[in-house]
Amino acid sequence: MIPALFLIALLMLGSAAAAMLLRNLIHSALLLIVSWAGVAAFYLWAGAEFVAFAQILVYVGAISMVVLFAVLLTRQNQIIDTVIEPASRARAATAFTVAACVAAVFSAAILSTKFHPAAPEAPTASVKEIGLTLMNEHGGALLIVGLILTVALLGATILAATDRDEDQSQPSDAALPPKETP
Amino acid sequence: MSLSTLSSQLSTAATASSAAAAAASPDSFLERAPLELRDWAVNLLPTPVQWLAHHLITIVCILAVFGLFFAFTTIAERKLLARLQNRLGPNRSGLPKLSILPWHFKHTLFGLSQPFADAIKAITKEDIVPAAADKLLHFLAPVIVVAFSLMTFAVLPFGRNIIPVELDAALLYFFAAGAATELAIFMAGWSSRNKYSLLAAMRALAQLISYELPLILSVVPIVLVTSTLSTKAIVLAQSGWTFGFLPHWFVFTPWGFAGFIIFLIAALAESNRSPFDLPEAESELVAGHLTEYSGFKYALFFMAEYFGLTALSGLGVTLFLGGWQAPLPFLEFIPSYLWFMGKLICMIVFFIWVRGTLLRLRIDQLTRLAWQFLVPLALLNIANAAFWVLTTQWSLPLQFVRWGVSAAIVVIPFIMMGRALSASYAPRSYRYAP
Amino acid sequence: MLGSGIINGLIVTAKNFVGSYHDPKRMVTVEYPEQKTVLPENYRNFPFLITENATDPMGTLRCVACQICEKECPPQCIIIEKSKDKKPDANGKMQIYPAIFGIDTSVCMSCQICVEVCPFDAIKMDKVFEIAATNRFEGLFLTREQLAKPNSYYHEIHPVEAAEVDERLTAERKAAEEKAKAAAAAKAAAAAAKPAVPVTVAGGSLPGDRPGQMLGLQSANNSADPGLSRASATPPGPGSAPPATKTPTPEA
Repeated sequence: MIPALFLIALLMLGSAAAAMLLRNLIHSALLLIVSWAGVAAFYLWAGAEFVAFAQILVYVGAISMVVLFAVLLTRQNQIIDTVIEPASRARAATAFTVAACVAAVFSAAILSTKFHPAAPEAPTASVKEIGLTLMNEHGGALLIVGLILTVALLGATILAATDRDEDQSQPSDAALPPKETP
Repeated sequence: MSLSTLSSQLSTAATASSAAAAAASPDSFLERAPLELRDWAVNLLPTPVQWLAHHLITIVCILAVFGLFFAFTTIAERKLLARLQNRLGPNRSGLPKLSILPWHFKHTLFGLSQPFADAIKAITKEDIVPAAADKLLHFLAPVIVVAFSLMTFAVLPFGRNIIPVELDAALLYFFAAGAATELAIFMAGWSSRNKYSLLAAMRALAQLISYELPLILSVVPIVLVTSTLSTKAIVLAQSGWTFGFLPHWFVFTPWGFAGFIIFLIAALAESNRSPFDLPEAESELVAGHLTEYSGFKYALFFMAEYFGLTALSGLGVTLFLGGWQAPLPFLEFIPSYLWFMGKLICMIVFFIWVRGTLLRLRIDQLTRLAWQFLVPLALLNIANAAFWVLTTQWSLPLQFVRWGVSAAIVVIPFIMMGRALSASYAPRSYRYAP
Repeated sequence: MLGSGIINGLIVTAKNFVGSYHDPKRMVTVEYPEQKTVLPENYRNFPFLITENATDPMGTLRCVACQICEKECPPQCIIIEKSKDKKPDANGKMQIYPAIFGIDTSVCMSCQICVEVCPFDAIKMDKVFEIAATNRFEGLFLTREQLAKPNSYYHEIHPVEAAEVDERLTAERKAAEEKAKAAAAAKAAAAAAKPAVPVTVAGGSLPGDRPGQMLGLQSANNSADPGLSRASATPPGPGSAPPATKTPTPEA
């Protein structure tokens, strides 16, 4: 099972690295999605089916669309291979310093943590148990998340519903006066 | 059926091997026949490769059955559409003349060999890739779309004991696998380097995102009532008959009926079929994201579309129409997989009927329908299902109240929203048509 | 109510579906190779040559190789070569005949100018359209033998027009006969001892016209045509009676 883990890690890290290095934004976005799928594969490897499928549904299915939409809608020129200006030396140095700081903080945190030895058998949680846990112990968090998402949904619906009144130039059926029969 | 018996059934089904379960259950011979045939074939092989053979047989069966089902769906669709429009439909292609045989049995077979002629044509056509296309993505898109649409079949219970993969989170898996098809559509549209393809891909994304939500929301009531994501358990929760003839299918409850209608509309949109076939609107966008595809790659997209339709229909049968259960007790002698296929065919015929009837929507009408009508109704329906679960213990006279309230929760908002949405549309009068 | 329109539409298509199986009036499709629509009488394309006698098509061609049609043909698809000798035509008069008469149907545009310029009513428009051939040179070049079709066939495809033509031809022949008679009478008056020579007139088709004798592109289609066999079963009257009196009117 360990080789499979390494393969998944290679897939995730490789696609993430390629996503950073590629000049083609769409390719980068697609590779990012592959990386997310790798995360889902990792969850599957770890035996967390529910999280894995949720990861695919949310990230590969939904967030990827947002990313692709953003890439396609914000790009100004039609040239596919956008040439990014070579960053100045100072900027690169700053980036490396920040990255080193973050890595130092992370590694310090990881090294200072005492890991408990894992249980001999991974706990198998059925979907029902996950649901009960979510609803009982983490009910408050779930409610807040649900509230935020509902507000976002309602906002989107209202935005979609009101643009009809503003945009009178668009020929819509509602704007047309009913024709009279001769 | 109480939840404890349900879970015990589930656990026995999960622990016992399929062969043992088939042998232990009091099923008829026809019911067991496919499984026993598979086990017999697997046992012919040496023990180390048996697990591999077991899975390969499952995969090959799905490919063969649903490949043929796809082929005959296309011809059925063409013939049915023709009949709906008072035409004859394809009835020419018959038996081929084989030059090695001295005789030629001439029969047109009512045109039933048309899909095979189409397949041969698709394979022998030239595969054209535009010079400016992104070659890799252009190649990957049809592969991904077919692979993921085939993956959705893995969790559908085709019969009492016939389910390719028994997953605890089967419903989630189904939608996760289905989510990748829209990515493939985007890849196809973008990599073609064609304005029409890209426009169609954007349309497809807008449509699929819009309708993914009502599709999943329409399924949530089922999960709420059965408190499981396993398709097998959902089918088992619909077993039994009231008074011996009213099946306990979810479509026969108020919330189930509303959910089924929302599911049908969303499934139509998810599988890019008329009246929601905007991504490949022939009259507007050439052939949509398929414009730059030809030959077998085009056929693959076509195939994936029908696989997606079949899988969604199968899910609808599983969730709302009682899966492989017989509608009446005395009809149980017919094997369960035949019931499943029969219901599946009914669903697909209905989809074809709708395609032959309705016109294509405009993109703004399409999104408005999803966000202003289907999503609110689906959310209300979830509340309805919650009410249904809370009132399970009510006594018999209160049961009538329960049904009435549940129906009112569905019907009243439907009528009110329908009035509100169609209020701005005055009755149309046509100058040149009667 | 919202959705009632959809249900109404579904009912309409369902009626179509059911009706398409028991109501033949709904189905407008004509399954072409097996079923054929009746072409309107004025349908016309590709010229053919009229022979007076189906038993001897080459001997009784009305065409006298005057080459007017060859000269008038806009796409120049007609090729005529005059004969060196003369043969008696259906009227018994010695005439030049076309040794070669060819129409290239791959060039012909069915403009009907050849028909209009022909002074002898020898070339008329046909009603064929299934002229596909495997060879575009020989297969689409129709020779004299393939082009020659009897007058009865002309009556089959364009009855009204053929009746007019026959009437005119008969009138012309009668006039010629009378003229000859008058001339003969004058001659007889001049030389009373000698008897007048009667002129043989063979207007229209004679008994024995059979579709099997039509060659080339027509033979495949028309051998099964019941109209022609009916025509051969009821031959026109003997002598100079024009067959127009026997052919049915188009309304019948």
